[in-house]
Amino acid sequence: MAWWRQDWIRRLVTSLAVVAVVELMTGPSGSFAAPTTGLIGSYNERVSVYGLFVGRRWMVFLVLALVFFGVWSAWLRWGPRTRASWRSTMATPREMAARRPVRWGFYLVLLVVAGFLPHLVNDPYWQSVLVEQIAVFVLLALGLNVVVGFAGLLDLGFVAFYAIGAYTTAWVTGALPTPAPFGIHLNPFWAIPVAIVFVMVAGILLGTPTLRLRGDYLAIVTLGFGEIITIFANNLYGITGGSYGSGGTSGSHPIPHFSISLGPIHYRWTLAPVPYYYLTLVFVVLFILGFSLLEHSRIGRAWTAIREDEVAAESVGINPLKYKVMAFAIGAASAGFAGVVTASQSNFIFPATFTLQLSINVLVLVIFGGMGSIPGVVAGAVVIQTVSMYLIHTPPAGFQESDLYMYIGALLIVTMIFRPAGLIPSRRRRREIILSEAGEAHADEVLTGDVA
Amino acid sequence: MLEVTNAVVRYGAITALQGISFDVREGEIVTLLGANGAGKSTTLRMLSGLHAPVEGRIVFEGRDVTMTKAHQFMALGIGHVPEGRRIFPQMSVEENLEMGAFARRGSYSDDIERMYAMFPILKDRRKQMGGNLSGGEQQMLAIARALMGRPRLLLLDEPSMGLAPMVVEMIFRIIAEIRGQGTTVFVVEQNAAQALRLADRGYVMENGRIVFDDTAANLLVDPRVRAVYLGEEVEEV
Repeated sequence: MAWWRQDWIRRLVTSLAVVAVVELMTGPSGSFAAPTTGLIGSYNERVSVYGLFVGRRWMVFLVLALVFFGVWSAWLRWGPRTRASWRSTMATPREMAARRPVRWGFYLVLLVVAGFLPHLVNDPYWQSVLVEQIAVFVLLALGLNVVVGFAGLLDLGFVAFYAIGAYTTAWVTGALPTPAPFGIHLNPFWAIPVAIVFVMVAGILLGTPTLRLRGDYLAIVTLGFGEIITIFANNLYGITGGSYGSGGTSGSHPIPHFSISLGPIHYRWTLAPVPYYYLTLVFVVLFILGFSLLEHSRIGRAWTAIREDEVAAESVGINPLKYKVMAFAIGAASAGFAGVVTASQSNFIFPATFTLQLSINVLVLVIFGGMGSIPGVVAGAVVIQTVSMYLIHTPPAGFQESDLYMYIGALLIVTMIFRPAGLIPSRRRRREIILSEAGEAHADEVLTGDVA
Repeated sequence: MLEVTNAVVRYGAITALQGISFDVREGEIVTLLGANGAGKSTTLRMLSGLHAPVEGRIVFEGRDVTMTKAHQFMALGIGHVPEGRRIFPQMSVEENLEMGAFARRGSYSDDIERMYAMFPILKDRRKQMGGNLSGGEQQMLAIARALMGRPRLLLLDEPSMGLAPMVVEMIFRIIAEIRGQGTTVFVVEQNAAQALRLADRGYVMENGRIVFDDTAANLLVDPRVRAVYLGEEVEEV
């Protein structure tokens, strides 16, 4: 075999080429007067090499290329064995139970890392991103995952529940033009149960008439519901404050921050994001625990059955409408809580926040992460929101904020080609893919040969 | 056990069942025969609650079930093996069986063992995905799943559809065995010869009506049945 055809040479050349392209893309741009500065500067600009000494860009990128090459080679060398030893796809319940301590240990480590995260990033921008863009979207993705991933219902108006949660908070804390119920202005802590009950009732009210529809029809109706809520918020000046949002009219005041006073403990949340981060983290963990218990419960099995074949589900005694409405209401709960956090943290809410684009954004997180997989949607939300916020915060040359969804779209397409079931697919979907690759379906000869 | 009186089913302007009456007695195997479009599947859809009749009555064990919803039948004691088998494709064989016991509270592991004894092939494939089974295996799984709900009456919609003759024979042997264990069976079939050899009695449908009925043995030699459903040339009667 010719030397240049050897696999490791190809990997090395590919690594160098990928890094060279990245180098060019992130380098300075040229100008009309000096068209070559973009090209040459990308490779030759003086930069600090990891703070060790002042060198050239190509040195930094050579290191990156070698690391990339090393990881790739190591993955090819040891990856299959590692993955085989980790594989839970075809594991029996007993094998899964045996691995439970490892899994829980891993989750505990992740939780500890999440606990230290605001101090690790230690930057005001990223700390507020952690709350407003990551934690809130993790909550939204978790909720939508119940509807789309568990029950298989395409909901394009999920933002409605987020908006209802936020507006309910504004209402019960007395921040809307319409007076708070009984004139009592509640602490946002009390808004949490009220908002969650409200969104769940909204889920039932929307779900009961519409969930008889299937597939595309349901998607269109939910899309409409999302739009209706936004239009209401935008136009009911006397009730919601219209397009000015809460606090836009005279006599209203900002939505207060959370505050707690339990016996000797008195604590007040402020505009600072970190305390909000911890509050949200607690609820994210609670929702994850609750939703995974549900996934493996009788209700979760009914959702799976409905998702796979509704007629068959009915024939074994599952009432599809009842369980679909439950999925809608339960999924809405975490969105409602996300609404409370957003409202309280930012003090004011505006209808412009609750757009169709937000619904689609959340759907992208779920699809990218892996429909029906709780670790998947959390990872999907963290990855996509981090990348988006990074691009917005430190835009590379030529990047504009309006281009963001183009890049996210490209990322989604690439994911669908290489990992069609998402970043961390649910166990069931992994099994499905493995079995369809193995092509184990067979003709009846086997059956008659075995038995007759 | 099951009594249908004068049932009319309409799809919009089209009347699919023009007032049919029949009954199934405890311990019997009753078959409903007819050509494509005669109304066999509609009858079964009506019996399983997927399409309510606009007129008439369905009574099961003395209880009026005319307006009962599809998902309530399993709990009443009527198992349904839908047309086209409709097993859960991405659940394993065992999970499919577990779903069959959904309407029932309490332990069902004994029932799963009973199904494996009745269908040994399902035990071999217990961890395989339903969608990767062969047609015959899927049919067995669909029957086993319906039996997991311990029905007293089992409704089967075209169990022989799309299966090789040898497999069809196996399926029919199993149906006979199920009756032997005390479950009443109502089977809708296009394969009239097989169905009549299995059944005690039969009803023949044409254009949304039941045109005649008799014991299976008589129907097998009935010239009208032989002409239309068994593909034999006979003289005009």
